[in-house]
Amino acid sequence: MLKQTEGSHAVAEAVALCRPDVICAYPISPQTHIVEGLGEMVKSGDLAPCEFLNVESEFAAMSVAIGSSATGARTYTATASQGLLFMAEAVYNASGLGLPIVMTVANRAIGAPINIWNDHSDSMSQRDCGWLQLFAETNQEALDLHIQAFKLAEELSMPVMVCMDGFILTHAYEQVDIPDQADVDAFLPPYAPRQVLDPAEPVSIGAMVGPEAFMEVRYLAHAKQLSALDRIPEIAAEFEARFGRKSGGLVRGYRTEDAETIVVALGSVIGTIKDVVDAMRDEGVRIGVLGLQSFRPFPLAAVRAALEGAKRVVVLEKSFCVGLGGVVSTDVRLALSGLRLDGYTVVAGLGGRAIPKASLRRIFGEAIAGTLSPLSFLDLDFGIVQRQLAREAATRRSGPIAENLLRDVGAIAARVS
Amino acid sequence: MLQIRIHGRGGQGVVTAAEMLSIAAFEQGRFAQAFPSFGSERTGAPVVAFCRIDDKPIRLREPILAPDVLIVQDPTLLHQVDVFQGLEPDGYVLINSKRSFAELGLADISARFREERLLCVPATEIALRHLGRPMPNAVLLGGFAALSGLVTLEAVAKAIRVKFKGKVAEANVAAATEAHDAVAAMLAAVPQTAGA
Repeated sequence: MLKQTEGSHAVAEAVALCRPDVICAYPISPQTHIVEGLGEMVKSGDLAPCEFLNVESEFAAMSVAIGSSATGARTYTATASQGLLFMAEAVYNASGLGLPIVMTVANRAIGAPINIWNDHSDSMSQRDCGWLQLFAETNQEALDLHIQAFKLAEELSMPVMVCMDGFILTHAYEQVDIPDQADVDAFLPPYAPRQVLDPAEPVSIGAMVGPEAFMEVRYLAHAKQLSALDRIPEIAAEFEARFGRKSGGLVRGYRTEDAETIVVALGSVIGTIKDVVDAMRDEGVRIGVLGLQSFRPFPLAAVRAALEGAKRVVVLEKSFCVGLGGVVSTDVRLALSGLRLDGYTVVAGLGGRAIPKASLRRIFGEAIAGTLSPLSFLDLDFGIVQRQLAREAATRRSGPIAENLLRDVGAIAARVS
Repeated sequence: MLQIRIHGRGGQGVVTAAEMLSIAAFEQGRFAQAFPSFGSERTGAPVVAFCRIDDKPIRLREPILAPDVLIVQDPTLLHQVDVFQGLEPDGYVLINSKRSFAELGLADISARFREERLLCVPATEIALRHLGRPMPNAVLLGGFAALSGLVTLEAVAKAIRVKFKGKVAEANVAAATEAHDAVAAMLAAVPQTAGA
């Protein structure tokens, strides 16, 4: 059914259609509307049987998710930013134990300085934790990916994060097609766990493993992620056959076939980039964009196949590895090993900085002209950076950086964006 | 594509207004995207929300920098925020005020833009009469429907009934209808100039 609704609400409806047995969550912006929506559905009886647990922290949320999943319950939670960091230890346990929890990450920056706005620092901080990470370009895709994520997680017995841009998607009203319950039931079979805590048939889950088998347990997690490289496109194809639309998969190119310049990106900014690509194509520039729908597993072969014909690749990412540069670009470069093409990393949109079409167009133009540095920062205000560096050079007690910069920027209330 | 920017203060339903406008456009078979400016919204602080309407799916995620329509829910913002920033030359402006553009000190704005597309409507007073609360958001959408003809009053009413229920919904619909009729009467009283 077509509906104009908030991204968070669309995701709540999708999760409900997956018939979760247990939902546990702790509120944190910009994820809160999702679990609020689910809480209302459980309370009203629209989502039943389902147990909704309010917990006292994100650490508890993931711990409850581990416990409930281990009893064979289909389990869902959601978080963002510092919440994901706070649950980090349990996040590793969920994947290490092979429990197919599905979690939405409403992508948000990590402090300090405290910042509630969107970037990808939170889920990127957990890129090596063993969870699969899928990224949504639109609210429709976010909705669809949750349905696919339960199927993928339960088949592999591995947890899946569905990453969607905080505020930009979670708080955006746009049109979504909400599937019928019967179709979701046909697509997503009941959960058949590989391991269950059952008093009638006691087992232990979570044994200590020493050097004799630890590497093998870790390798098995890798093997499962590698098998996901096959299952993710197959599940996306099954989804398309049943629901009639393309969602998910490993990567998705837009006007990349004959492109000399290909931009690589994740999440909602792909939409803005497509508009820029169309405008530049109208002027005869051979440019396209490759969206990564799966970040873990990282689709090395698919990325290489999509990029190998290009002359240059611009990775535009909302994440930043301090002391090195890009996070996504490091993986993209691995995919391009041995190929001779120019690579650029553009860090953009940190802490919710707007990513306007005009800025993208300028930076893509610089990449094509060969004037772009290998690592650049979209719309970074170097004037403010220089002022702070000068302050630190001039006086030992230069004071807190964030407060100094806010004073330099001046009143922002008069700004529209 | 039509781009609408709504300015107001925290607690005035600015974000809800953009959401309702997107629902109204959806009801008329169009694609629409509404989103807030994502500030740390507090009661009384300046808040901005955006709405885009198009005949094809909307992919663009940047904030609205060059709006075709401005709705100002609180006229005290005129002294605090450059609400007219980026307004397209043939743009529409609807301000919640009992006063006129000239009385608000906006004569230069009237001169720079198409005067017949700039209007004030006393949305707070209309809201107080119907709702007993100074909530101008739905009221202004009724006025906007009349000013621009870009959405219908029926679609706005439908959107109000999606976001609100029962007595609150009906009071908002009545208030939006009054604003719609008031704006229509103002437009009828002013001779329309030919397109710029």
